Amino acid sequence: MDKIYSHPKSLRNISTHYCPGCGHGIAHRIIAEIIDELGIRERTIALAPVGCAVIAYDYWNFDCSEAAHGRALAVATGIKRIHPDKIVFTYQGDGDLAAIGTNETIHAANRGENLTVIFINNAIYGMTGGQMAPTTLAGQKTATTPLGRDVSLQGYPLKISEMLALLPAVKYIERVSLHSPQEIIKTKKAIKQAFENQINNIGFSLVEVLSPCPTYWGMSPKQALDWIKEVMVKEFPLGKIK
Amino acid sequence: MKTKILLSGNEAIAQGAIDAGCQFYAGYPITPQNELIAYMALHMPQQGRVFIQAESELAAINMVFGASAAGARAMTSSSSPGVSLKQEGISYIAGAELPAVIVNMMRGGPGLGNIWPAQSDYFQATRSGGHGDYHCVVLAPASVQEAYELMFSAFNLADKYLMPVMILGDGMLGQMMEPLQLSAVSCQLSAKSKKPWALTGCQGREPNIAKSFRMLEGDLEKLNLKLQKKYQLIKAKEQCCESLFLDDAKIILVAYGSMARIAKSVVNALRSKGKKAGLIRPITLWPFPKNIFKQVAQKNKKAKILVVEMSYGQMLEDVKLSLEGKLAVDFLGRAGGGIPTEEEIIKQIYG
Amino acid sequence: MAKITINQEKCKGCLLCIAVCPKGLISADKKLNSKGVKPARFTEDPACLGCMMCAVICPDCCIEVYK
Repeated sequence: MDKIYSHPKSLRNISTHYCPGCGHGIAHRIIAEIIDELGIRERTIALAPVGCAVIAYDYWNFDCSEAAHGRALAVATGIKRIHPDKIVFTYQGDGDLAAIGTNETIHAANRGENLTVIFINNAIYGMTGGQMAPTTLAGQKTATTPLGRDVSLQGYPLKISEMLALLPAVKYIERVSLHSPQEIIKTKKAIKQAFENQINNIGFSLVEVLSPCPTYWGMSPKQALDWIKEVMVKEFPLGKIK
Repeated sequence: MKTKILLSGNEAIAQGAIDAGCQFYAGYPITPQNELIAYMALHMPQQGRVFIQAESELAAINMVFGASAAGARAMTSSSSPGVSLKQEGISYIAGAELPAVIVNMMRGGPGLGNIWPAQSDYFQATRSGGHGDYHCVVLAPASVQEAYELMFSAFNLADKYLMPVMILGDGMLGQMMEPLQLSAVSCQLSAKSKKPWALTGCQGREPNIAKSFRMLEGDLEKLNLKLQKKYQLIKAKEQCCESLFLDDAKIILVAYGSMARIAKSVVNALRSKGKKAGLIRPITLWPFPKNIFKQVAQKNKKAKILVVEMSYGQMLEDVKLSLEGKLAVDFLGRAGGGIPTEEEIIKQIYG
Repeated sequence: MAKITINQEKCKGCLLCIAVCPKGLISADKKLNSKGVKPARFTEDPACLGCMMCAVICPDCCIEVYK
């Protein structure tokens, strides 16, 4: 028998700090697989966010930089402008990209920086203990919306991907999900497209990934996947946005 | 190559950065440093270097973090309120041990204050302006020529010690024009190749990581001890100041930057009348030139010190700490746009 | 013929692989691993398709597939 599925080279073979059933592990692996398949490990530079994925650089096996909370796309802009021949991507959560870093996100997109953005949307702040994210659903209970998100006080889930799609310099945006193997395969295809766009100098590409956070959703890993499928995709419809 | 050109302090800093091999500039407009960003916008792209007008001061300093991590000589510039915003990024740059140059052409504060010259950001610049135990090397030019020349020192010190270096000027220095003699040698853009830690893609080596985050037990303390050791070395090696007539002076004025020009005029005026005045002009504000104060206190026990600032007693603290109570220290300061005049200084000395 | 191997020491016991295996060949082990969880366990069976669903969904990259 031949090995038909094995551990990607761009991912270190160590245990992560993520909770059981966390989507970050799946997203990290997909990215590592794509980087292996495209043969770009030695010219890739990643930006790790502040949030649960803060030490993503301990797991990926290529050059990485940290960025202050929300500033990944500013740091990435600095790196890419110095090394236009390198493949630079950011990996950011919903709080990082769509709350504290909204300004950096919108303006990097509006400048059309030739970057790849992986936007992990799990509708919650994981690292700090399950507080409301900009993408938290209406009625969703979190540590800072103990009675559920009240849209009259806390606003609506922010659709940053749809907002960014309005900008002429943005070339590609797709929303995907990790809630089943079939969806994960689609996610991989979308992220690969976003990397190929950068390689071909097409410009700013963003893939929003709906990702489970069983711990702070108060669910089992399987229930969390079902919640994405049955509830979250209604607020955040899947598919190509631009 | 003896021709002189007429430039403002802001433009001279920009030209100094370019001649010192700056490959990346990101900034956000704010008065009174706008000539600097405009000069960079015109001249950096002409030389194939990167200029970005950022969406905010936060974005600008974080772009500098990225460009520096990528191995480039990188800088940003702003004025007081903007530099407050940059403190987050400066702290990260210090923690990640990256070289970077930050220019602050100070204006009146607090808050939005005004656009008049001031020196009220001395504490912010010389202590850790952001969070954490760190320092920037702080250089204070007093003329257009010196502003130009200190840009070479700033980039060299940043690369040598892997840390942020701040040029602390003020609106007066930024706006005024003086003849400038350009350097005959401009730096080669080779700094990149001498940075084995830079993010360049991991071809033929283990991956590099640019980070300040140290979560494992003991790791962050180790980093802090390393930084402190570096700071001690800088304090021992990099103190710099200008001094005049210290041997026989009965009154020694201490001032930096634009303020030192007025203090110098006072010293020269008093000397021409046969009065024994002297001057200490710190050029490095951090490390503070303590040694010169120790020497004065030893050799000239009867001298009196008068610290003059466009702020309310900020550098005064460093002067007192350096003198350890050995000489009498008087103070004259104005801020919020007020500048101590020659007459006020003389009145402060002689009553 | 196909089979999978599971790195039981890396497994965190999320058991998503069990939920997606079309042939029901994965179960929770009775023994705890050093993380203190019951890791996934594969029972070799000619029914295994080598479809890779388990490997695709594994958040901890514990599964390799042979065919």
